[in-house]
Amino acid sequence: MDKQIAIELKGITKTFGAKVIANKDVNLVVYKGEILSILGENGSGKTTLMNMISGIYFPDEGQIFVNGKEAVISSPKVAFEYGIGMIHQHFKLVDVFTAAENIVLGVNDGRYNLKRSKAKIKEICDKYGFDIDLDKKVYTMSVSEKQTVEIIKVLYRGADILILDEPTAVLTPQETERLFSILRNMREDGKAVIIITHKLNEVMAISDKVAVLRKGENVGVVRTSEVDPQKLTELMVGEKIELNINRTEPKNVTPRLEIHHVCCNNREGVRVLDDINFTVNAGEILGIAGIAGSGQRELLESVAGLQKLTEGDIIYHNPKTGVSENLRGKNPMQIRNLGVRLSFVPEDRLGMGLVGNMDIVDNMMLRSYRKGKGMFLHRTKPRDLANDIVERLQVATPGVTTPVRRLSGGNVQKVLVGREIASSPTVLMVAYPVRGLDINSSYTIFNLLNEQKEKGAAVIFVGEDLDALIELSDRIMVIGSGRIAGTVDARNTTKEEIGLLMTKSKEEGDSENDN
Amino acid sequence: MKMTTKEVKSHREPLIHIVKRDELHWWQAWLIRIGAIVLAVLLVGAISMMLTKGSFTEIYEIMFKGAFGRITEGKTTMLWKFLQETAILLGLSLAVTPAFKMKFWNCGAEGQALMGGLASIICMIELGDKLPYPALLCVVVLASVLSGALWGVIPAFFKARYNTNETLFTLMMNYVATQIIKYYVYIEGGGSNTIHPVATGNLPTLGGNRYLLNVIIIAVLTVALFVYLKFSKQGYEITVVGESRKTAKYVGINVKKVVIRTMVISGAMCGIVGMILVAGTDHSINTNTVGGQGFTAIMVSWLGQFNPFIMVLMSALTVFLRMGAGKIADTCSLNASFADIAVGLVILFVVGCEFFIRYSVKFRHSKKEVKA
Repeated sequence: MDKQIAIELKGITKTFGAKVIANKDVNLVVYKGEILSILGENGSGKTTLMNMISGIYFPDEGQIFVNGKEAVISSPKVAFEYGIGMIHQHFKLVDVFTAAENIVLGVNDGRYNLKRSKAKIKEICDKYGFDIDLDKKVYTMSVSEKQTVEIIKVLYRGADILILDEPTAVLTPQETERLFSILRNMREDGKAVIIITHKLNEVMAISDKVAVLRKGENVGVVRTSEVDPQKLTELMVGEKIELNINRTEPKNVTPRLEIHHVCCNNREGVRVLDDINFTVNAGEILGIAGIAGSGQRELLESVAGLQKLTEGDIIYHNPKTGVSENLRGKNPMQIRNLGVRLSFVPEDRLGMGLVGNMDIVDNMMLRSYRKGKGMFLHRTKPRDLANDIVERLQVATPGVTTPVRRLSGGNVQKVLVGREIASSPTVLMVAYPVRGLDINSSYTIFNLLNEQKEKGAAVIFVGEDLDALIELSDRIMVIGSGRIAGTVDARNTTKEEIGLLMTKSKEEGDSENDN
Repeated sequence: MKMTTKEVKSHREPLIHIVKRDELHWWQAWLIRIGAIVLAVLLVGAISMMLTKGSFTEIYEIMFKGAFGRITEGKTTMLWKFLQETAILLGLSLAVTPAFKMKFWNCGAEGQALMGGLASIICMIELGDKLPYPALLCVVVLASVLSGALWGVIPAFFKARYNTNETLFTLMMNYVATQIIKYYVYIEGGGSNTIHPVATGNLPTLGGNRYLLNVIIIAVLTVALFVYLKFSKQGYEITVVGESRKTAKYVGINVKKVVIRTMVISGAMCGIVGMILVAGTDHSINTNTVGGQGFTAIMVSWLGQFNPFIMVLMSALTVFLRMGAGKIADTCSLNASFADIAVGLVILFVVGCEFFIRYSVKFRHSKKEVKA
C-alpha cells in the first residue's frame, strides 16, 4: 500500500520572548495509518509543536501542509476543519452532562437529535473497540473513562489526525493496554496518530516511528523496530548516561513511624482514608502506589500534621531519645518542636512546598525563619544553604536571588528536595518527586532518596511510574480508594501484580459507591 | 462530518501576535513605566489645551503653579500644601499595604482613619482641660491608634474565624464609621454640622510650619514599614501567607494569627493618619475629613507594587495631578471633575503599561520560502 502523507511540517519555528526558542526549524512528516511518538525531555518543545498543529499557537516561521495542501491553522476550530484533533492532558468535559451529551456538545450538524447522534457514536465505538456507557454522567466516571469520552469526541468531529498529549500518565497498566489496542485499530483504519510521551517502554510498545526532540529541534526520526530504549535516551539527552539506581539492602531496620487505624474525611465529609495501618522502618524506602487521588495526598498530609484525623494514631519513635510520640492532632510547628525531624516534599511544589515569587534564599528560610534572636530575619545561613544546594545539585539558575517560579520544573524540585534533606530528616516523605522532570534530574532525585535511606532515614515515596517504584523501593504498599490493597516486596514483584492490586481495590470501592 | 476530504476555506494569517516577553531588566521595566507617565501627563496637557485654547507652556505652568506655586494660602505655600496632601495619601497607602501583601483586601482605610480621628477629637475635647499637654498628647496618639486598630481587627477576626468576605466587611465598616461621626458632630456641634476647631491637644507646630511634623511622621512610617516588610520575621510571614496559605500551613505558620495581627497594624496606621488629619491639621472633624483618600490609597498601594518607596512617587504624582488639574479647572472655569479625569487618565496609562512589560506585540516574520 502506498502511504499518503497526512500532515507535514516544514521549517516550523516558535519563540517565546527573545531567549526561549521552543521550536527551531522543525521538519516532520506523518503518514496515514501510522503511529508516531514524539519523545523528548521536558522543555524540548513537544507540547508547543503539537499546540501549533492544533491551532493553539501560531508558528513564527514555517509552513504546515495537511493532505498536501498548505494549511493556515489559526485556531482550534480551524484545526478541526482540517481534521486535526488533540486530546489534552487536562480533560475539557462538562461534569454534569452524560458521555453522549459531551460528545455532541458544540457540533453543529443540523437539529439537535441525541438519538441519531448516539447511533453515530455507537458506530464509532464499535469500529474502534471503545467500551463506554453513553448515558453515564461525567462526574461519576474514572479518569480512563473520561479520556475515552475525549477521544470519541475528537473522532465524532471527524478527526483523521489525532494528537494525544501524555495519554498514559493517568492510567493503570491494564488501562494503558486497552488504550493501545484502540490506537492500533485506528491505525488500521488509516488515521494518523501522534503521541507525546516520555515513557520509553510505551514508545517501544505502540509506535511505528519515533521523532526525538531536543532543545526544540528535531534530532531524528527513527523506526521503532530499529532502536532500543538506551539508544533513544542517548538521542533525547544528547549524551550517554547511566540509568541505574543502586539499591542497597536496608541496614539497621527499626520501626520509625507506625500508623494505626488512621481514618480521615475530606471537606465534603467523604471518607478519604479508611483504617490505614502500616509501619515505616528506618533505613528503607517504602513505595506507595495507587491511582491518582486514592488518598495518597491525605495520607502524607496526615503524617505531616496538615489533616485532621477522625480516628487513629501516628506513633513516631525518636532514634535519639528513644521516646515514642503520638503525632495525632499536632500541627507542623508542634511536631517540629517535639524534635521530630520530619521532611515533606509535597506534590504541589510551587503551591505548597515553595513560594514561587520568593527567591531561592527566602525559600530556604521557610522552615527555619524563626531561628535566631530578635524580630528581624537572619539571611546569612539560608544564603549559604542556597549557594550550597545550587552548587551541589547543579541547579540551573542565574543566581540565588532569582524567584523560583522562573526556574524549570526540575530545578524547582532540586531546590525543594535540597531544602528538605538539608535538615537531615529522620522521616522523609516525597510525593511524585520526579513528575515532569527530565531523565537526568529524575536520577539525581532518586540518588538523593537513596542517600537518605543509607543515612538511616525512613523514606516514604509516593510515585506513579511503576518502573521507578519497583526499581527504587524496598517495599511497595498499594493504596486504592483510601484503603490499603496490599503490600509487596519490591525486589520480586511485577508491574502486573501491582496493577491488579490497584484496580482490585478500585472496583471494590466502586461497587461500594453504587450501594 | 463523514467527508474527510472536505474543502477547508482558506484562512488568512493573523497579522499580529501577542507574545509573552522574557522578564525585562528592572531598568527596562521602569523605562516603560516612566514613559507611560510622561505620555499620560502630555495627554492631560493636550486635552487641557483643547478645552481651554491655552498654549502648551501655559497649561503646564498653571499645573505646576497649582501644585508647587509660591501663592500662599494662609501662612503656608502651595508646596507645603502639596507635601501635606501627599503625606496623607501616602500614609493611608502605607496603612493598607501590609494587608494587601497578605491578600487581605482592606477597603476600610477610610473608616479606620475616621475612627482614629474621632478618638483624637474626643480626647482633645473631653480631656483638654484635665490633663497636662504632654500627657494629653500621649493619650490622643494612643487612643487614635487603638480605635483605628479596633476598626481594622473586627473584619479580620470574622475573616479568620468564619471566613467572611473582607472586602464587603471593611467597606460596610466605612459606612458605620461615617454615621458615627455624623452623630458625634451632631451632638458635639449642637446640631450645626460643624465642630469649632479645638485648641487643646493638637500636635505641636515645628519651626512655625503647621505641616512639617505631619510630613515627618509619615516619612518615618515609610521607612519603618519598608524595614518591617522586608527584614522582619513578621513581614516574612505576611509574604508567605499572601502568596500561598497552603505553604504557610505547611511550614506551620498560624494563618489566623497573622491575619489578625496584620490588620491590627494596618488599622493602627490608618488611625495615625486620622490623628494627623484631626490633631495635626483640621483640629476638627466631619464626615469628609478623610475625603475618599482611603480609596485612592488602594490604587496608590497597587501602583507602588506594595513597595513603600515607590508609593512615595505614586502618591506625589496623584496629588500633583489632582492639584495641577484642579488649578486648570479653576483658572479656566472648567468643571471640577476635570481633576478626577486627569488622575484617571494617568492611572489608565500606568496600569496599561504593565501589559507591555509582560507582553510584546509582534508581527509575523516574513515567511521563509520552502521548496514544495
